[in-house]
Amino acid sequence: MIAQEEKVIVFELNNEEYCIPVKFVKSIEKIQYITRVPKVEPFVKGVINLRGVVTPIIDLRLRFDFPELPFNDQTRIIIVSINEKEVGFIVDSANDVLDVQQSQIESAPEVVGEIERDYIKGVAKLDKRLLILLDLENILDSSFGTNTNV
Amino acid sequence: MEMNQYLDIFLDESREHLQSINENLLELEKDPTNLSIVNEIFRSAHTLKGMSATMGYEDLAKLTHKMENVLDGIRNNKIKVTSNLLDIVFQSIDDLEAMVGSISSGGDGKRDVHEIVRLLAEIENGGVVAREEIAATAEATISNLQYDEYEITVLQESKEQGFEIVELKVELSTNCLLKAARSYMVFETLEQNGEVIKSNPTVEKIEEEQFANFFFVTYITKNNIEEIKQKLLNISEIENVEFTNVDLDSLISSRNVDQNDSSEESKVTEETNANEEIAKENSEKDAQIKEQSSKTKTTQQNTKTIRVNIERLDILMNLFEELVIDRGRLEQLSRELNHGELQETVERMTRVSSDLQNIILNMRMIPIDTVFNRFPRMVRQLAKDLNKKIDLQIIGAETELDRTVIDEIGDPLVHLIRNALDHGIEKPEIRVQKGKPETGTVELNAYHSGNHVFIEVKEDGAGISSEKILDKAISKKVITKQAASSLTEQQIFDLIFASGFSTAEKISDVSGRGVGLDVVKSKIEALGGSVTVTSELGRGTTFSIQLPLTLSIISVMLVELQDEKYAIPLSSIIETAYVKKSDILSAHNQKVIDFRGKVVPLLFLNDLFNVPNSEGQVEDGYSIVIVRKGEKLAGLVVDSFIGQQEIVLKSLGNYLTNVFAISGATILGDGQVALIIDCNALIK
Repeated sequence: MIAQEEKVIVFELNNEEYCIPVKFVKSIEKIQYITRVPKVEPFVKGVINLRGVVTPIIDLRLRFDFPELPFNDQTRIIIVSINEKEVGFIVDSANDVLDVQQSQIESAPEVVGEIERDYIKGVAKLDKRLLILLDLENILDSSFGTNTNV
Repeated sequence: MEMNQYLDIFLDESREHLQSINENLLELEKDPTNLSIVNEIFRSAHTLKGMSATMGYEDLAKLTHKMENVLDGIRNNKIKVTSNLLDIVFQSIDDLEAMVGSISSGGDGKRDVHEIVRLLAEIENGGVVAREEIAATAEATISNLQYDEYEITVLQESKEQGFEIVELKVELSTNCLLKAARSYMVFETLEQNGEVIKSNPTVEKIEEEQFANFFFVTYITKNNIEEIKQKLLNISEIENVEFTNVDLDSLISSRNVDQNDSSEESKVTEETNANEEIAKENSEKDAQIKEQSSKTKTTQQNTKTIRVNIERLDILMNLFEELVIDRGRLEQLSRELNHGELQETVERMTRVSSDLQNIILNMRMIPIDTVFNRFPRMVRQLAKDLNKKIDLQIIGAETELDRTVIDEIGDPLVHLIRNALDHGIEKPEIRVQKGKPETGTVELNAYHSGNHVFIEVKEDGAGISSEKILDKAISKKVITKQAASSLTEQQIFDLIFASGFSTAEKISDVSGRGVGLDVVKSKIEALGGSVTVTSELGRGTTFSIQLPLTLSIISVMLVELQDEKYAIPLSSIIETAYVKKSDILSAHNQKVIDFRGKVVPLLFLNDLFNVPNSEGQVEDGYSIVIVRKGEKLAGLVVDSFIGQQEIVLKSLGNYLTNVFAISGATILGDGQVALIIDCNALIK
């Protein structure tokens, strides 16, 4: 799946660093007005108008059951597109683009931070940084880990 | 092969012609003496033959040719129209359709047509001595142009003035697509260098492309004829140009012979001028049709149309949607600025763009007739196979639907109609026993209501027994016994759409081939529609399909719930009202109001949508939007009305599917997203 060397976007969430491959990322937006959508999972904050396209927004903090934080100047929405689904992830901040070697990625240990393993593809060790590579497909698959029945 | 680029056009047109033949044959069966219908069929068959021969599909051409001969016999009153004859013609149409189908799926369009060709030949020979093959005329090199007295005088005078008179035979390449355009260029060139006196077929027919790949022109010029020939050959797709000098004297004498003599001579001309003959027939037929134009709808071919790729329309639509959003923004700005001239301009723009919007939307709409028109044929055949007598009534075939829906709705409808015929309508003898008319009626009814289209398949057959459904459902483990006991009648009927359910006790050839109604249901739901069934034992069953128009621009009423804005489609709204708290009644834990004599339940959208409550408002009344779904009404309680607006329907994307009571979203003038309320989901 992962090429020899892959560019990833690094973002911060609950004081840990996560990354997703650049090829899935369409853009990074500042926080803007989000229209609430009633009766959906709590982590779906609503939809935004992304240059004419109505795009659902997922708060990754809530998706991973982290405590919710008020948005600030650093808060970003990362727009990803995978399997014809286009959504935005709210993250604490997005600050880096890095090259990750295949060899630097290890499979996910049983417990990484506080996130369930299903959402993690692997862990990349770069110098002293530890980047958690997210499994976007599983995160967007609503059958995983949704405890709310609507 | 380079033919490939024309293949799509060929397929499209072949299907159209086959469809029109089908329809007209059915008409003919009802009215066997109406020759204008025969002519219409003949013309379609003839075009089809020409096209398939050009494309190199010999079997197709051969069969059409035989069919054409039979039609010709009918046309000339030599063969009588009988049900048996029509069966064979229908059968050959089936074969033709199969061949076209094979071509479209990449096959070679070959098929064993010997048997049907033999049958056709039998009919033909039974009626008349076989006519000589019209195809032979393609070899003809003499034009056999007929001149009337006036034309001969003109020719004589021209000759005296030193003009050279020639007859030109212009041949277009066999795969020429724009015959009319090429011929026009030929005429243009000719007119620059001289004068065209006459042409065969006539200029009008040439413009309508009603000729094979050659035509004759009588032409006078003072220029060098070889040069002109060269110029003509320079026009692309002109295969060959031949000219012969006209001997005026022999013309005059032959004219005299022609007038006196008739039989042999005219027989030849009749055949060599096959084109003109058809042209003549056509014009005769046109005249006939004009007389009875109210009856036949087949003159549509006269309207000029172009084929446009649906993708281009989609792009146009998308661009227009962007424009509508900007228009909303402009409207808002001009209101805020309160600038007279600006407002005027924006208003004008709004009007123009609404017109534009109508046109664009209508371009994508096609009458449902394009789906319905194949059913009479199907029902006729099925009724014969099943030994049942069935009268198919089609109502509302002109109802228009979006192209994308039309493409998808055919199969589910076929399924429902087959079901109706096979399981619904009883055998004639049983019907008589039950005291019903021997002939069963199947009614296919399409109509608009709100921004939905309803299609009903209704039959007066045996009806469905709800007990039988329950027994079956329990035995097939679709539902448990306990759950079954609490079901309403409607819920029981809905069970037949459950997967793994088939009511037919035995599997017949016509329906029940393993594909259940659940497929119908899922297909319709995939289109954003729904299907319900109502049945009365002994009286018949009605399947009712509700489909969205898929209008991507709709009129809505914008409302506010606290700080959130929602859009309610205008088509579901009956009216808005303001109701005092004291007027609200309570029934079975449900708040209701008395609205014009009807008890209407109230739905508090704030609670329903869990709208965050900012402040405990104390009001002495409610703003209510009365909406409907079919006959049922409901009152939606909102905080305030904003107003009416045209909005562009946008989907919530592939991630958020099945959001409760939200059918989509839109972008307002200020760039915010507003959700569109799905009233149908709110009313149960």
